[in-house]
Amino acid sequence: MTATIENPNYAYPARSAGRRGPNLEKAGWIFMRASGVVLVVLIFGHLAFNLLWTPGGIHAVDFGFVGGKLAQPFWQWWDVLMLWLAILHGSNGMRTIVNDYVHKPTIRTVALWAIGIAAAVLIILGTLITFTFNPCPEGADLSLLPSFCAEL
Amino acid sequence: MSETSSSLTLPDPSPRRTTFSGTLYRGNEGMWSWVLHRITGVAIYFFLLVHVLDTALIRVSPEAYNAVMATYKNPIMGLGEVVLVGAVVLHAMNGLRIILVDAWPWATKHQRLLFWIVMGLVAVLMLYFTPTHLINVFSPMDGGH
Repeated sequence: MTATIENPNYAYPARSAGRRGPNLEKAGWIFMRASGVVLVVLIFGHLAFNLLWTPGGIHAVDFGFVGGKLAQPFWQWWDVLMLWLAILHGSNGMRTIVNDYVHKPTIRTVALWAIGIAAAVLIILGTLITFTFNPCPEGADLSLLPSFCAEL
Repeated sequence: MSETSSSLTLPDPSPRRTTFSGTLYRGNEGMWSWVLHRITGVAIYFFLLVHVLDTALIRVSPEAYNAVMATYKNPIMGLGEVVLVGAVVLHAMNGLRIILVDAWPWATKHQRLLFWIVMGLVAVLMLYFTPTHLINVFSPMDGGH
Protein backbone atom coordinates (compact mmCIF):
# COMPACT_ATOMS: atom_id res chain seq x y z
CA MET A 1 0.00 0.00 0.00
CA THR A 2 1.25 3.47 -0.81
CA ALA A 3 0.05 6.96 0.05
CA THR A 4 0.17 9.51 -2.74
CA ILE A 5 0.44 13.19 -1.86
CA GLU A 6 -0.94 15.31 -4.68
CA ASN A 7 0.60 18.78 -5.04
CA PRO A 8 2.50 18.44 -1.78
CA ASN A 9 3.16 22.18 -1.41
CA TYR A 10 -0.33 23.43 -2.21
CA ALA A 11 -2.11 23.45 1.17
CA TYR A 12 0.89 24.51 3.23
CA PRO A 13 3.03 26.98 1.29
CA ALA A 14 6.51 27.51 2.72
CA ARG A 15 5.60 31.13 3.44
CA SER A 16 2.35 33.00 3.98
CA ALA A 17 1.23 35.04 0.98
CA GLY A 18 2.00 38.72 1.29
CA ARG A 19 4.90 38.27 3.68
CA ARG A 20 7.72 40.76 2.88
CA GLY A 21 11.40 41.05 3.75
CA PRO A 22 14.18 38.48 3.93
CA ASN A 23 13.06 34.95 4.77
CA LEU A 24 15.12 34.38 7.93
CA GLU A 25 13.67 30.93 8.67
CA LYS A 26 14.69 29.79 5.19
CA ALA A 27 18.16 31.28 5.69
CA GLY A 28 18.40 29.38 8.99
CA TRP A 29 17.28 26.17 7.29
CA ILE A 30 20.01 26.55 4.66
CA PHE A 31 22.57 27.53 7.32
CA MET A 32 21.90 24.35 9.34
CA ARG A 33 22.67 22.21 6.29
CA ALA A 34 25.67 24.20 5.01
CA SER A 35 27.28 24.55 8.46
CA GLY A 36 26.47 20.91 9.23
CA VAL A 37 28.51 19.64 6.28
CA VAL A 38 31.48 21.87 7.19
CA LEU A 39 31.21 20.89 10.87
CA VAL A 40 31.40 17.18 10.00
CA VAL A 41 34.81 17.84 8.40
CA LEU A 42 36.04 20.22 11.14
CA ILE A 43 34.90 18.12 14.12
CA PHE A 44 35.95 14.75 12.67
CA GLY A 45 39.36 16.32 11.93
CA HIS A 46 39.50 17.77 15.48
CA LEU A 47 38.67 14.40 17.08
CA ALA A 48 40.92 12.34 14.81
CA PHE A 49 43.94 14.63 15.22
CA ASN A 50 43.63 15.16 19.00
CA LEU A 51 42.34 11.78 20.18
CA LEU A 52 43.41 9.19 17.56
CA TRP A 53 46.45 10.35 15.59
CA THR A 54 48.38 12.03 18.41
CA PRO A 55 50.27 9.39 20.41
CA GLY A 56 48.70 9.19 23.88
CA GLY A 57 45.40 10.69 22.67
CA ILE A 58 43.47 12.25 25.54
CA HIS A 59 46.50 11.89 27.88
CA ALA A 60 48.59 14.05 25.53
CA VAL A 61 46.11 16.96 25.63
CA ASP A 62 47.70 19.61 27.87
CA PHE A 63 48.93 23.20 27.65
CA GLY A 64 52.05 22.18 25.72
CA PHE A 65 50.04 20.31 23.08
CA VAL A 66 47.19 22.80 22.65
CA GLY A 67 49.55 25.77 22.96
CA GLY A 68 51.69 24.29 20.19
CA LYS A 69 48.60 23.93 17.98
CA LEU A 70 47.26 27.42 18.68
CA ALA A 71 50.66 28.92 17.81
CA GLN A 72 49.97 27.95 14.17
CA PRO A 73 47.60 30.02 11.98
CA PHE A 74 46.24 26.80 10.41
CA TRP A 75 44.86 25.51 13.72
CA GLN A 76 43.81 28.99 14.88
CA TRP A 77 41.55 29.36 11.84
CA TRP A 78 40.39 25.73 12.06
CA ASP A 79 39.38 26.21 15.71
CA VAL A 80 37.79 29.64 15.25
CA LEU A 81 35.73 28.49 12.26
CA MET A 82 34.69 25.40 14.23
CA LEU A 83 33.78 27.61 17.23
CA TRP A 84 31.60 30.01 15.22
CA LEU A 85 29.82 27.34 13.19
CA ALA A 86 29.31 24.96 16.13
CA ILE A 87 27.92 27.66 18.45
CA LEU A 88 25.62 29.11 15.76
CA HIS A 89 24.46 25.64 14.62
CA GLY A 90 23.90 24.46 18.21
CA SER A 91 22.17 27.66 19.31
CA ASN A 92 19.85 27.64 16.31
CA GLY A 93 18.99 24.01 17.06
CA MET A 94 18.23 24.91 20.68
CA ARG A 95 16.07 27.82 19.44
CA THR A 96 14.05 25.35 17.36
CA ILE A 97 13.57 23.05 20.35
CA VAL A 98 12.53 25.93 22.64
CA ASN A 99 10.04 27.15 20.03
CA ASP A 100 8.65 23.60 19.79
CA TYR A 101 8.24 22.83 23.46
CA VAL A 102 8.09 26.08 25.50
CA HIS A 103 4.59 27.46 25.15
CA LYS A 104 4.51 30.12 27.90
CA PRO A 105 5.58 33.38 26.19
CA THR A 106 7.60 34.74 29.14
CA ILE A 107 9.59 31.54 29.65
CA ARG A 108 10.17 31.22 25.92
CA THR A 109 11.47 34.79 25.69
CA VAL A 110 13.82 34.20 28.63
CA ALA A 111 15.06 30.90 27.17
CA LEU A 112 15.70 32.41 23.73
CA TRP A 113 17.59 35.35 25.26
CA ALA A 114 19.66 32.96 27.38
CA ILE A 115 20.61 30.96 24.28
CA GLY A 116 21.49 34.15 22.38
CA ILE A 117 23.56 35.65 25.19
CA ALA A 118 25.43 32.38 25.79
CA ALA A 119 26.22 32.17 22.06
CA ALA A 120 27.48 35.77 21.88
CA VAL A 121 29.63 35.43 25.03
CA LEU A 122 31.24 32.15 23.93
CA ILE A 123 31.92 33.30 20.36
CA ILE A 124 33.53 36.56 21.52
CA LEU A 125 35.48 34.85 24.34
CA GLY A 126 36.74 32.02 22.14
CA THR A 127 37.71 34.27 19.23
CA LEU A 128 39.59 36.73 21.46
CA ILE A 129 41.45 33.91 23.21
CA THR A 130 42.47 32.20 19.98
CA PHE A 131 44.01 35.35 18.52
CA THR A 132 45.51 36.89 21.69
CA PHE A 133 46.92 33.61 23.03
CA ASN A 134 50.60 33.51 24.02
CA PRO A 135 51.99 29.94 23.93
CA CYS A 136 55.08 30.99 25.92
CA PRO A 137 53.83 33.14 28.83
CA GLU A 138 56.46 35.13 30.79
CA GLY A 139 57.79 33.34 33.85
CA ALA A 140 55.83 30.10 33.35
CA ASP A 141 57.30 26.69 34.14
CA LEU A 142 59.17 25.74 30.92
CA SER A 143 58.34 22.04 31.32
CA LEU A 144 54.63 22.86 30.86
CA LEU A 145 55.12 24.89 27.66
CA PRO A 146 55.41 23.84 24.00
CA SER A 147 59.00 22.70 23.30
CA PHE A 148 59.76 25.66 20.99
CA CYS A 149 59.43 28.07 23.95
CA ALA A 150 62.83 26.86 25.23
CA GLU A 151 64.53 28.26 22.14
CA LEU A 152 63.20 31.81 22.69
CA MET B 1 4.38 29.81 -5.67
CA SER B 2 1.56 27.43 -4.75
CA GLU B 3 1.37 26.01 -8.28
CA THR B 4 3.16 22.70 -8.06
CA SER B 5 2.56 20.04 -10.62
CA SER B 6 4.71 17.37 -8.99
CA SER B 7 3.29 14.61 -6.87
CA LEU B 8 5.20 12.55 -4.42
CA THR B 9 4.59 8.85 -3.88
CA LEU B 10 5.76 7.59 -0.53
CA PRO B 11 5.64 4.12 0.96
CA ASP B 12 2.93 3.47 3.52
CA PRO B 13 4.14 5.21 6.71
CA SER B 14 1.87 3.36 9.15
CA PRO B 15 3.76 1.37 11.79
CA ARG B 16 3.68 -2.39 12.12
CA ARG B 17 0.74 -3.73 14.12
CA THR B 18 1.63 -4.65 17.69
CA THR B 19 -0.14 -5.06 21.02
CA PHE B 20 0.16 -1.30 21.46
CA SER B 21 -1.46 -0.43 18.12
CA GLY B 22 -3.98 2.32 18.53
CA THR B 23 -2.96 3.14 22.10
CA LEU B 24 0.53 4.58 21.62
CA TYR B 25 2.11 6.60 18.87
CA ARG B 26 4.87 4.36 17.56
CA GLY B 27 6.74 5.72 14.64
CA ASN B 28 9.24 3.89 12.50
CA GLU B 29 12.83 4.67 11.53
CA GLY B 30 11.86 8.25 10.59
CA MET B 31 10.58 9.03 14.09
CA TRP B 32 13.53 7.41 15.84
CA SER B 33 16.06 9.26 13.71
CA TRP B 34 14.27 12.52 14.60
CA VAL B 35 14.26 11.65 18.34
CA LEU B 36 17.94 10.65 18.28
CA HIS B 37 18.87 13.79 16.35
CA ARG B 38 17.22 16.01 19.01
CA ILE B 39 18.66 14.13 22.01
CA THR B 40 22.20 14.01 20.61
CA GLY B 41 21.94 17.65 19.49
CA VAL B 42 20.97 18.90 22.97
CA ALA B 43 23.67 16.77 24.62
CA ILE B 44 26.37 18.03 22.26
CA TYR B 45 25.19 21.64 22.78
CA PHE B 46 25.68 21.47 26.56
CA PHE B 47 29.07 19.79 26.14
CA LEU B 48 30.04 22.55 23.69
CA LEU B 49 29.27 25.26 26.27
CA VAL B 50 31.53 23.51 28.81
CA HIS B 51 34.24 22.74 26.25
CA VAL B 52 34.62 26.37 25.11
CA LEU B 53 34.88 27.46 28.77
CA ASP B 54 37.45 24.79 29.71
CA THR B 55 39.53 25.64 26.63
CA ALA B 56 39.31 29.33 27.64
CA LEU B 57 41.46 28.47 30.70
CA ILE B 58 44.40 28.21 28.28
CA ARG B 59 44.47 32.03 28.46
CA VAL B 60 44.68 31.95 32.28
CA SER B 61 47.78 29.82 32.94
CA PRO B 62 49.35 26.47 31.95
CA GLU B 63 48.57 25.15 35.45
CA ALA B 64 44.88 26.13 35.26
CA TYR B 65 44.47 24.52 31.82
CA ASN B 66 46.29 21.33 32.79
CA ALA B 67 44.20 21.04 35.97
CA VAL B 68 40.90 21.12 34.04
CA MET B 69 42.26 18.79 31.34
CA ALA B 70 43.21 16.29 34.06
CA THR B 71 39.49 15.78 34.75
CA TYR B 72 39.02 14.59 31.14
CA LYS B 73 41.72 11.92 31.68
CA ASN B 74 39.78 10.19 34.49
CA PRO B 75 38.64 6.71 33.30
CA ILE B 76 34.97 7.48 34.03
CA MET B 77 35.24 10.61 31.87
CA GLY B 78 37.04 8.47 29.28
CA LEU B 79 33.95 6.25 29.00
CA GLY B 80 31.80 9.38 28.82
CA GLU B 81 33.96 10.57 25.91
CA VAL B 82 33.07 7.39 23.99
CA VAL B 83 29.37 8.20 24.51
CA LEU B 84 29.96 11.83 23.50
CA VAL B 85 31.85 10.89 20.33
CA GLY B 86 29.08 8.36 19.60
CA ALA B 87 26.51 11.18 19.87
CA VAL B 88 28.60 13.42 17.58
CA VAL B 89 29.06 10.65 14.99
CA LEU B 90 25.35 9.77 15.05
CA HIS B 91 24.29 13.44 14.76
CA ALA B 92 26.77 13.96 11.90
CA MET B 93 25.75 10.90 9.88
CA ASN B 94 22.03 11.47 10.45
CA GLY B 95 22.47 15.15 9.53
CA LEU B 96 23.95 14.09 6.18
CA ARG B 97 20.97 11.74 5.77
CA ILE B 98 18.58 14.66 6.39
CA ILE B 99 20.32 16.72 3.69
CA LEU B 100 20.04 13.83 1.21
CA VAL B 101 16.38 13.21 2.08
CA ASP B 102 15.61 16.92 1.56
CA ALA B 103 17.53 17.34 -1.66
CA TRP B 104 17.31 14.08 -3.56
CA PRO B 105 14.00 12.36 -4.40
CA TRP B 106 15.62 8.90 -4.42
CA ALA B 107 16.77 9.48 -0.83
CA THR B 108 13.31 10.72 0.22
CA LYS B 109 11.86 7.47 -1.03
CA HIS B 110 14.56 5.36 0.63
CA GLN B 111 14.92 7.29 3.92
CA ARG B 112 14.23 4.09 5.85
CA LEU B 113 17.10 2.26 4.16
CA LEU B 114 19.29 5.34 4.70
CA PHE B 115 18.55 5.21 8.45
CA TRP B 116 20.07 1.73 8.62
CA ILE B 117 23.02 2.83 6.48
CA VAL B 118 23.54 5.66 9.02
CA MET B 119 23.46 3.11 11.84
CA GLY B 120 25.99 0.95 10.00
CA LEU B 121 28.34 3.90 9.43
CA VAL B 122 28.08 4.88 13.11
CA ALA B 123 28.98 1.32 14.10
CA VAL B 124 31.99 1.25 11.75
CA LEU B 125 33.26 4.68 12.86
CA MET B 126 32.86 3.77 16.53
CA LEU B 127 34.71 0.48 15.95
CA TYR B 128 37.56 2.66 14.65
CA PHE B 129 37.42 5.21 17.48
CA THR B 130 36.62 3.21 20.62
CA PRO B 131 39.58 0.75 20.85
CA THR B 132 42.22 3.46 20.26
CA HIS B 133 40.57 5.86 22.70
CA LEU B 134 40.03 3.28 25.46
CA ILE B 135 43.64 2.05 25.16
CA ASN B 136 44.73 5.67 25.68
CA VAL B 137 42.29 6.16 28.58
CA PHE B 138 43.38 3.02 30.45
CA SER B 139 47.12 3.25 29.71
CA PRO B 140 49.16 4.40 32.70
CA MET B 141 50.01 8.08 32.39
CA ASP B 142 53.63 8.97 31.74
CA GLY B 143 54.74 12.48 32.60
CA GLY B 144 53.27 14.33 29.62
CA HIS B 145 54.49 14.16 26.04
